[in-house]
Parts: sequence; structure tokens; C-alpha cells
Amino acid sequence: MSIHWELLALTPPGWGWLLLKGVAATLQIAVGAYLLGLLIGIGGALGKLYGGPVTRDLVACYTTFVRAVPELVLILVIYFPGSNLLNYIGAAMGFSSVNVDPLAAGIVVLGIVQGGFATEVMRGAINAVPSGEIEAARAFGMPLLLALRRIIWPSMLPHAIPGLANLWMIVTKDTALLAVVGFPELTMATRQAGGATKAYFLFFCAAGVLYLTVSLVSNRIIAVIERRNRPGMSVA
Amino acid sequence: MAMEILTPTVEIQAAAEKPSQIAAAEREAPDLQWRLRDWFQPHRIVLLLIAFALVAAMVLTMRWDWLSKYSGALTLGLWRTVWLLLASVVLGFLLAVPLGLAQAAGPWLLAAPARGFCTVIRGTPLLLQLWLLYYGLGSLFPMIPEIRESFLWPYLREGWTYGLFALTLSFAGYEGEVMRGAFAGVPRGELEAARAYGMRPLTALRRIWLPRAFFRALPTLGGEVLLQLKSTPLVATVTVLDLYGVIGRIRQDTYLTYEPLLFLTFLYLCLSGILVVAVRMIERRFSSAGA
Repeated sequence: MSIHWELLALTPPGWGWLLLKGVAATLQIAVGAYLLGLLIGIGGALGKLYGGPVTRDLVACYTTFVRAVPELVLILVIYFPGSNLLNYIGAAMGFSSVNVDPLAAGIVVLGIVQGGFATEVMRGAINAVPSGEIEAARAFGMPLLLALRRIIWPSMLPHAIPGLANLWMIVTKDTALLAVVGFPELTMATRQAGGATKAYFLFFCAAGVLYLTVSLVSNRIIAVIERRNRPGMSVA
Repeated sequence: MAMEILTPTVEIQAAAEKPSQIAAAEREAPDLQWRLRDWFQPHRIVLLLIAFALVAAMVLTMRWDWLSKYSGALTLGLWRTVWLLLASVVLGFLLAVPLGLAQAAGPWLLAAPARGFCTVIRGTPLLLQLWLLYYGLGSLFPMIPEIRESFLWPYLREGWTYGLFALTLSFAGYEGEVMRGAFAGVPRGELEAARAYGMRPLTALRRIWLPRAFFRALPTLGGEVLLQLKSTPLVATVTVLDLYGVIGRIRQDTYLTYEPLLFLTFLYLCLSGILVVAVRMIERRFSSAGA
């Protein structure tokens, strides 16, 4: 049995181009979901630490929910009601039917999942900042947002980087779950190529190499970021 | 190479977890009465009432008649999910111990493949690994006559074999990395003391090194088991009728969109809750006995 390497060629008889397009889609979703998750995480952490009792409880419900239910289930739970709700709102506003862009849907769904984890990472990092620094800032009359930008953010960052790096590694792999709802990212593209040529083994190994490349390159970049940020770390 | 970069991450996180554990212990210290009062703050009562009203609305206005019809299938699915989780955790941990040991203390010839295995498992999505095994290996096996005639063949035609295999390898990969750190973190002096008492290496491993490393890994282990539970529904994509698979089938049969999903979410919330409580109980028992 020989290996048909020519199936991986970039030009049409080969399927290489489809896989590379899959990588591009995967990275797009990963970056989008990561940034969205980061925004939710910052908001969530602030809500958990400085919000009123109701906000605090609601954020706690959100993070518990996201951490306790499988991502695959969350994707379905957010995707179907979400797109239906959009259609409903669209119909109410007079549009005939809103087509939910699958890329945007993927980003939103994974972003909400990431947000739950990011909230915990950010909360831990803010907690690691000596409380006296934050109190001093508040005592000088800094509003919370200004204190966040000038005091909390710079001194929490070194504490947050390991957790945030971890989240990035998780989100690049979680994008594969969107294959289950049929989104054409790398894993789905691989399965299509495998199904068409019956060379499943070759294509899944090739996709594995691509994912591994993404994670190894990310590791190098993360290591550089960590090294740059270590000198500012006050607490050992 | 990659592992050297990943390592500090794991250890910094482990260090960062400590204060929160202490805080959690302090929070739990007040007696039951105080905790009960915590639940009856005015805003909590309002939130609980809203939540109760939502649940009541769901129960009353949505269709739940399918529950009794499919209760057998659901129980079987629940059992399959729990069984897959337990089996893959136990087998995966048994694999993780040699993987961690090889990386922490093994010769280069053993350490390098172990490190490579962990990097590959941790660097690629579980869904891809599962599909590689099921579609990739699954399509190669029938071409090999020796396998078709072996006693394994009936198992190799079933989806759950590949599901269990993929879940086990995945758990071993993640936990092997944790065990590497745990083995490396046991103080040298304890191992030297064991040797000074004349223990042979295997005895020292069994009596000193492995138990100490296990207790060090225990807090992370609990989190990993929860993550493993959340990975189990992936096996539904290779025809295993676990909880997720059964619900998928119910959705196809009944054309209901939301009800089965809500019920599925509820079941996973319960499973996670039970798991968290169980892990906490085990940790409390062992933290007084072990470390």
C-alpha cells in the first residue's frame, strides 16, 4: 500500500489548498473568539470583583455554567436559540430572513465559552495585584476605569499571561468542535477531503501536523511574551 | 523543546492556585447556618424566584412527554457516558504514570518519545485524534487480514472502542505532563533518604515517589477529570450513543429543537456538580492523610 502524497498538492487534483483554507478559517475564528472572550473576561472579572450583589451572582452563574457544560453542548445551546432569536428580531424589524454568517456565529459561540474561562483568569490576576495598590489609586480619587488602565492592568498582566496563553491554546483546539455543526474549518475540511478520496489517514495526519504547527509557533511567541513581561513581575 | 516552554506555565498556575484554595477553605469554614443565611439575602431570594419561575415556565409550557418514552435510552446513554469517563480516566492515568516518570527521570531514549507523545496529544484537537483513529485507522484495519481474523476484530468494528482509545490517549497526554511536574517536584531529599535506608529503586518509587507525586497532582487531577467529562460527548460523532448521542437521536425523532437540549444541559450540570463534590471529598480525605 503506497501513500498518495500527490493528494496533498495545492492545485486542484490535490486537496492541499482546501486544508490551508481550513487553517485560515480556524485561525480567524480562534483570534475572533479569543478577543471576544478577553473582552467578556475583563467585564466579567470586574463584575465579579467590584459589581453589586446581583451582578456578582449573575456572573457566577455564567462562569459555573460555561465550566460545567461541555463545549459541544454549549455550541448547540447558543447557536440554535441565538440564530432563531436573530431571525425573530430581523422579522420584527421588517427583514425577510436573516442569514446568520457561520463565521460570525462560530466566533460568538466560542467567544462566549472563552469568556467564562477568561473571567476566572482575569479575576485571579486582579486578585494577585496587592490590594494596597488598588486602594491607593481609589484613595487618590481615580475612577475604577482609570485605575484599571493605569494601575491594575499593568501590574496584573504578568499574572494573567500564563492563563491567557493557556486559553489561546484551548481556543485553537476548540475551533475543531465547530466541525460538528458543519462549519468548514480545518477538521471539517479534512473530513471532506478524506471522504472524497478515502485517504482518511493521510489527511487527518496532515491536519494534525498543521494544528501542531499552529500550537508550536504559538508556544514560541508566548515564550517571548512571557520573557518580556517577567522583569516587571513584583511578586515571585 | 515545546515542553520546556510549556512547563513554566503549568507551574506558575499551580502556584497561583494556592491562595485561592486557602481562600476557599476560609470561605467554607463558617458553619452551615451562616451559609444558609447567605442564600437568603434579599437579592438572592429574588434571583432564585426568577430562576424558579423560568424553570416552571419551561416545565409547564414546553413539551416533555418524550421523556417517559425515551427514559430507557436516556439511562443507557447516561451509563455509557459515565462508563467512558471512568474507564478512560483510570486507563489514562495508568498510562500517564510511566509517561510522567519517563520525562522526569528516564533516559533520553524514553524521555524524548514520551515528551513527543504529550506534545502531539496536547497540540491537536481531540476531535481530530478521534476521527484519525476512527476513520483513518478504521479504514486501514479491514485491509489487513491478520487483524480481521484476530479476536480483536469484533471490537475494532465498534465506535466505542475508538472513542475509549482516543479519550484514554488524550487523558494520558494531558495527565502525563502533570505527572512529569509532580514527579520532578518531589523533594530530592526524600528520595535520597529512601535510598539511604537501603530501599531498592522500585520500592522507593512505590512507597515514596509515586504517592508523593500523586498527592501533588491531585488538585490538577480533579480539574482534568471534569475536562474529561466535557470531552466525552465527542464520541457521539463516531456513532456511540452516549448521553449526547441519545439526545441527538431524540431531536431527530421528535423534531423538538430546545427541550432535549435543555434537558441535556441540565444532566451535564448535574454530572459536573456530582463530580466536583466527589473530587472535593477525595481531596479533603487525602490532604489530611497524604501530603
